[in-house]
Amino acid sequence: MLATGTFHMGTLHAEVEANTVCTSSRPSPPMLSAPPLIEARAIVKRFGALLANDHVDLSVAECEVHALLGENGAGKSTLVKILYGLLQPTEGTLLWQGAPFSLHNPAEARQRGIGMVFQHFSLFDALTVAENVALALNGDEPVTRVAARLAEVSRAYGLPLEPGREVWRLSVGERQRIEIVRCLMQDPRLLILDEPTSVLTPQECEGLFATLERVKAEGCSVLYISHKLEEVRHICERATILRHGKVVGSCDPRQESAASLAEMMVGSKVAPARHDRLVMAGEVRLAVGGLSLRSPDPHGTSLRDIGFEVRAGEVFGIAGVAGNGQDELFAALSGEMLAETAGTIRIDGVATGQLGINARRLMGGAFVPEERLGHATAPSFRLSDNALASGHATNGFVRRGMIDRAATRAWVDRIVKAFDVRKGPRDPEAKALSGGNLQKFIVGREILRNPRLLIVSQPTWGVDAGAASLIRQALIDLSRSGAAVLVISQDLDELFEIADRMAVIFHGRISAPLDTEGLRREAVGLLMGGGGFSANIVDQAA
Amino acid sequence: MTMFEAILLTIITASTPLLIGAIGQLVCERSGVLNLGMEGMMIMGAACGFAAAILSGNSYVGVLAAILAGMAMSLIFAVLTLGLAANQVASGLALSIFGLGLSGVIGAPFVGAKRDQMAKLYLPGLTDIPVIGKALFGQDPFVYASFALVIGVWWFLARSKPGLVLRACGENHASAHALGYPVLKIRLLAILFGGGCAGLAGAYLSLVYTPFWSPGMTAGRGWIALAIVVFASWRPWRVLAGAYLFGGITILQLHAQGAGVKVPSQFMAALPYLVTILALVIIMRRRGGQKTAPASLGTPFVPDR
Repeated sequence: MLATGTFHMGTLHAEVEANTVCTSSRPSPPMLSAPPLIEARAIVKRFGALLANDHVDLSVAECEVHALLGENGAGKSTLVKILYGLLQPTEGTLLWQGAPFSLHNPAEARQRGIGMVFQHFSLFDALTVAENVALALNGDEPVTRVAARLAEVSRAYGLPLEPGREVWRLSVGERQRIEIVRCLMQDPRLLILDEPTSVLTPQECEGLFATLERVKAEGCSVLYISHKLEEVRHICERATILRHGKVVGSCDPRQESAASLAEMMVGSKVAPARHDRLVMAGEVRLAVGGLSLRSPDPHGTSLRDIGFEVRAGEVFGIAGVAGNGQDELFAALSGEMLAETAGTIRIDGVATGQLGINARRLMGGAFVPEERLGHATAPSFRLSDNALASGHATNGFVRRGMIDRAATRAWVDRIVKAFDVRKGPRDPEAKALSGGNLQKFIVGREILRNPRLLIVSQPTWGVDAGAASLIRQALIDLSRSGAAVLVISQDLDELFEIADRMAVIFHGRISAPLDTEGLRREAVGLLMGGGGFSANIVDQAA
Repeated sequence: MTMFEAILLTIITASTPLLIGAIGQLVCERSGVLNLGMEGMMIMGAACGFAAAILSGNSYVGVLAAILAGMAMSLIFAVLTLGLAANQVASGLALSIFGLGLSGVIGAPFVGAKRDQMAKLYLPGLTDIPVIGKALFGQDPFVYASFALVIGVWWFLARSKPGLVLRACGENHASAHALGYPVLKIRLLAILFGGGCAGLAGAYLSLVYTPFWSPGMTAGRGWIALAIVVFASWRPWRVLAGAYLFGGITILQLHAQGAGVKVPSQFMAALPYLVTILALVIIMRRRGGQKTAPASLGTPFVPDR
């Protein structure tokens, strides 16, 4: 309705009308006279001895899509929690359209028009979509009215949702839609998204970007937190980069390359994984065929007729959106859950479907589950005890029923040295390590046993770039030394970087294997969303 | 009074304290707090309620004292589990043992004292209707209060926004906190409500059911009320059904013993418990093992600042 040149962003009115229309062709940086929509000045946030934010400055202009970049633990989440009123800054001021203000709780933030889409969704599984939305709205609107308004907004934005469904029945993409729609229902001026695409398929990401474009056109600013650099270059106009709680730079990401952004984030160059071409895959090490398994969890996904082979010398990837049967597949392959018939899982041709995890370890298997604390390690056990926990059958740590402490400690020292695990004391508790260092320990613990078959789930989930690169390289090197490596991952970039072949898991079924070389991401994305899946299964049978 | 009428009236009397105790505990558990101190809070209500009624000569003062005693007990629990994030199971068990002991001290001077039962409602005409008149229109105020509580709690949880917020805290306290709800404050109020109801249930025992004080007089009813909440899969109407099922079988087996049924009396006395366990197993199986408990039940919440 308003032409680019005439619209009233440039006026000195402190209050810009809520229905201001922005166009994407607006010049940036914004005109000098308009104060930023929100500004944080010299924010300091201290948790005990930890300085999470150290004099951080951030400003988001009206109708701007602004990226907040940084590695895990750089202080991004802390900063946005302050902007949403969830945390109080130790020092520093917040300004809204140039005027200082403070936020005591999220209700005040919502009042002002600040909406937030959380990284780990803030949803209630047992409640319905409408109830979840009602909880995030200020005021006493009855749930039935919320449901009606929700249906209207979700239709208007092309984000379909059924108000009466319980959340646990929904896919990850649909859950995120709830969070976005409930922000939109409050006519937001600033939408904060914390790592919104880490759980989405490439197609779902495109849908999200289209929504953001539209939200922006309606006069809303977006603060976009991510460590996916291509994405940031694609949709953001400005970026602020955090490292160790400090702002280390800001830039226009469209003018930068992914490599230069990564360098700013990490503070040094990150080498891409060195990847020798797979010369020739060896014999079949792991053969899965006709594996069906009922999930014991009522909210889980049962496996249906899974079949694939992993050969010695290759890295085989299994892509898929979380919750499509990955947990069940890992449990079946590792022996945490037994298959119905032994022949559905074979290691080196031996039927192992009904053998326990130790028997499979003794055959050369090694397993790294997704959850670092609580599954791969006991959080309050020392590293040496955690090393014993996975190596008691194979590493000779136990003699006549007694633990050989010297051997477990020496083993920890070896892992620490080989995998650059950084820690304080010699043998700390597992929970004292950072995510990246603990993951290096866990992966190292299995790789140093020289397994013939390594099965690893989400090897670099939530791990800093340095540790992720080290782990990926170790997986490739292990495969090239003659082991078969199976990587279950939601991170498509990761699989494209390290896998020689990959298959997609969807609703407990698996696609035919695809060669990574020459493979298009869109093709994998389509499978991850279930598109063309039945056709694929037909191909497999033919 | 016919036999049927007598049975009906005693069933109501046996079920009411269970119903009042369980409905309060249900609210507490829906907010994510498991308070196993039920038995201790209930018996403190019985002791303090009886003592206050004797001293003041007024049953309603006794009722008020019982509610306050139950709330005071639950406040101790709240300080431990919310303030200090102590283990809820251990704190609850300790509260039960503590309540049993303390009630004995408070009640000691009143052992042997006697009071009249609290007056029952009498509406000329209505109460005189045969068979159902006494059951519907001739009860004491507690019975009507227990039904009002069930309706009120159902409406609160299913229909009101504060009730939705309370359920949200029990379902996922981290998310509720992230949305800006004061999880600990909401849980404190839920615990106090549970404590008040437990105290009220105790007052019913010492002011209506028996009506006198003897140490340990709750005789495990607090534990049964806890079981009924699980039996009811945390739904108010099913709590009503569970309380009356248990109360009903307790009374029927007494009448069966009285009628000289040739079954060992010990077995008959165990029957209500057996039926409760059976019903629990059947309900769980029919639901295919699906979880119905509030997801955060029993887990302490410590917000970061």
